[in-house]
Amino acid sequence: MEVEKFYYDNKIVRKFIVATLLWGIVGMSVGLLLAFMFMFPNLTDNVSWLSFGRLRPLHTNAVIFAFVGNAIFAGIYYSTQRLLKARMWKTWLSNLNFWGWQLIIVGAAITLPLGYTTSKEYAELEWPFDIAIAIIWVAFGVNLIGTILKRRQRHLYVAIWFYLATFVTVAVLHIVNSIELPVSALKSYSAYAGVQDALVQWWYGHNAVAFFLTTPFLGLMYYFVPKAANRPVYSYRLSIVHFWSLIFIYIWAGPHHLLYSTLPDWAQNLGVAFSVMLIAPSWGGMINGLLTLRGAWDKVRTSPVLKFMVVAITGYGMATFEGPMLSLKNVNAIAHFSDWVIAHVHVGALAWNGFFTFGMIYWLVPRLFKTKLWSTKLANVHFWIGTLGIIMYALPMYVAGFVQASMWKQFNPDGTLTYGNFLETVSEIIPMYWMRAIGGSLFIVGALIGVWNVIQTARQGKKVTDELAEAAPLQRVTKKRTSKEGYHTWLERRPVKLTIFATVAILIGGMVQIIPSLMVDDYIPTISSVKPYTPLELEGRDIYIREGCVSCHSQMIRPFRSEVERYGEYSKAGEYVYDHPFLWGSKRTGPDLLRVGGKYSDNWHLNHFYDPQSTSSGSIMPSYKWLIRNELDLSQTEAKMRAMITLGVPYTDEDVERAQSWMLEQSTQIEQNLYNDPDFAKTYEADKKYAEENGEEFIQMRHREVVAVIAYLQRLGTDIKVKDASELTNTKTE
Amino acid sequence: MLKFIKGNLENIEGVQIYPMISLLIFFIFFVALFWWVFSAKKAYIKKVSNIPLEDEFNPNQDLL
Repeated sequence: MEVEKFYYDNKIVRKFIVATLLWGIVGMSVGLLLAFMFMFPNLTDNVSWLSFGRLRPLHTNAVIFAFVGNAIFAGIYYSTQRLLKARMWKTWLSNLNFWGWQLIIVGAAITLPLGYTTSKEYAELEWPFDIAIAIIWVAFGVNLIGTILKRRQRHLYVAIWFYLATFVTVAVLHIVNSIELPVSALKSYSAYAGVQDALVQWWYGHNAVAFFLTTPFLGLMYYFVPKAANRPVYSYRLSIVHFWSLIFIYIWAGPHHLLYSTLPDWAQNLGVAFSVMLIAPSWGGMINGLLTLRGAWDKVRTSPVLKFMVVAITGYGMATFEGPMLSLKNVNAIAHFSDWVIAHVHVGALAWNGFFTFGMIYWLVPRLFKTKLWSTKLANVHFWIGTLGIIMYALPMYVAGFVQASMWKQFNPDGTLTYGNFLETVSEIIPMYWMRAIGGSLFIVGALIGVWNVIQTARQGKKVTDELAEAAPLQRVTKKRTSKEGYHTWLERRPVKLTIFATVAILIGGMVQIIPSLMVDDYIPTISSVKPYTPLELEGRDIYIREGCVSCHSQMIRPFRSEVERYGEYSKAGEYVYDHPFLWGSKRTGPDLLRVGGKYSDNWHLNHFYDPQSTSSGSIMPSYKWLIRNELDLSQTEAKMRAMITLGVPYTDEDVERAQSWMLEQSTQIEQNLYNDPDFAKTYEADKKYAEENGEEFIQMRHREVVAVIAYLQRLGTDIKVKDASELTNTKTE
Repeated sequence: MLKFIKGNLENIEGVQIYPMISLLIFFIFFVALFWWVFSAKKAYIKKVSNIPLEDEFNPNQDLL
């Protein structure tokens, strides 16, 4: 058989590495800024696009999709070509993948700080981006499958399966979770509401962790660890078991993000059971990765690449041990909504994804630039500073989470809460936030040293060129199994079938959860007194979404004595039926807001938004002065209501027609309420007079954004306080 | 766990069969998986697990 000559595309790998490092530094820096806002809440005072709520999704998206995402592509494009002995199918698709992905990231970096967000975690980007992501992702997948089809290596190595599963599953997750109804160019409403939206979102959110942060990296692990250690994987058999059991089980575990919520118990328990099971394949993979170094541990002493990889895999092991533990209801009752979860995700992000990425880059860059690493010593410095950074980040956050959660639950002998003021529990952990910020700083310093080292390596090296390779093309073999061939051996050389089976494996779990949840509407007991939001409340809710309030405030009171005592009656599924999207939140940096309606006066809210520390001493909430300045945009209200009608919210045509006058009525009432405070009356009238005298335009209070937000907050959780509201009726099923 | 499933989904006709089906899918999945794995030929396993190391065009193994 004649040998064919071809070139591996190295330039695309170089591009993705550059993007990885650039966005990595950006994403981590935003995270560091956020970490410092815990100590200095008004660090970016008056700059709306640098406020915590808007930057938080930028940080998570930048780290997950820009830093880790580009690292995945770099690793996949490098290893796939070599594992299949073929150049990527179409160079233009590779480039489309690269530039498209970067454009989406730039779009995210602009729109998220401007407040364009769906508020669904890790899926915050608005609908035009969702479409763009789908297109670019498919371009990547087509290129991957095209390469597989024209490969010169008969058998598909296990890494390729992980890449395939990643492609298929992320596509399914992204599309299902992004079903939304556009209202305008950058505003949409989730097609799902309340409990259903929560279930779909966390089915997505959990599996974004599984199939974006885990499976592609496991594929990279199965390629780069053997490469770096120069020996084959410890057990290839184990890797087969690892692959199939991991993708089969992972997809079921999403509801563990919603324990003790109003999600039906069967779904919660299903999530718990599968989360516990997950420890087996996860640890199987970790052990397989670490044992690949059997007999090569001496290399770990000298090779920074292996050091990074060993800590990465160890971090994976810790995070995947912790995950099942956090899924147990009794542990989750403590950890959920607290900084424990922040510690958990950062062990995953900093150690597993971050360190593996750095290890991989330290391995790749000298090869791409045909030189040696500029400074092994600096790489070691990076390793130790980074490791210290991870520890300094994670440990204080564990302590903070545990301390705060315990304080939330502490009762006096007379049955009252020991720390009835939420802020007491915040002040207690400020030192932990300081340590976390220092740990994060260390990690970034390490990353910057790494970037410097990579730049110097590139400078001393040669230009990256496509690499010549040669291999014999595949001979045609029968589609059927040959006589000596085992079933899996046959399956492995049938990529399309392998893909289909992997899809079926992930769809089984997905369907068991998603199909009942699509019908779950029918099973939610509706509450007769729960009514749709008024137009002004709806506008206020959109501002709540825009400002990212959900980043720090939950709207989900769990049925615990401590929470009912602190926040009020626990949440009912029927209360959320008009919430497109749901705003349950996942972290309580501030208190839960579900029953905040009627708790404070309108004036209190106004003063609190203007200067949170004035109403709540020691508060770490930033001020929202622009809400008090800005005029409320009412041009979309009717369109929004019509969109809600399409989604099943029972507004009548009459409601939509009188939306403007209805809003004016409600906002005027709030303005009147505000006059109850003589201080407000005085300063407001003075402002008005000043504007008149100087001929400036004056926006009346009733037309400002803050009024809508107050209307929304005062409505929250009040529906079931109406008399006779206890009457629960079961809907359609009866 | 069954009582929760029944509590929420009891209106679906024949819902009792769902847990049985789930268990069977699970059982068969893992039995089949282990069957494949343990019946795989040793020579084949060795060959495939060496694929990442076959890169003879990459002579610079000891850059670090």
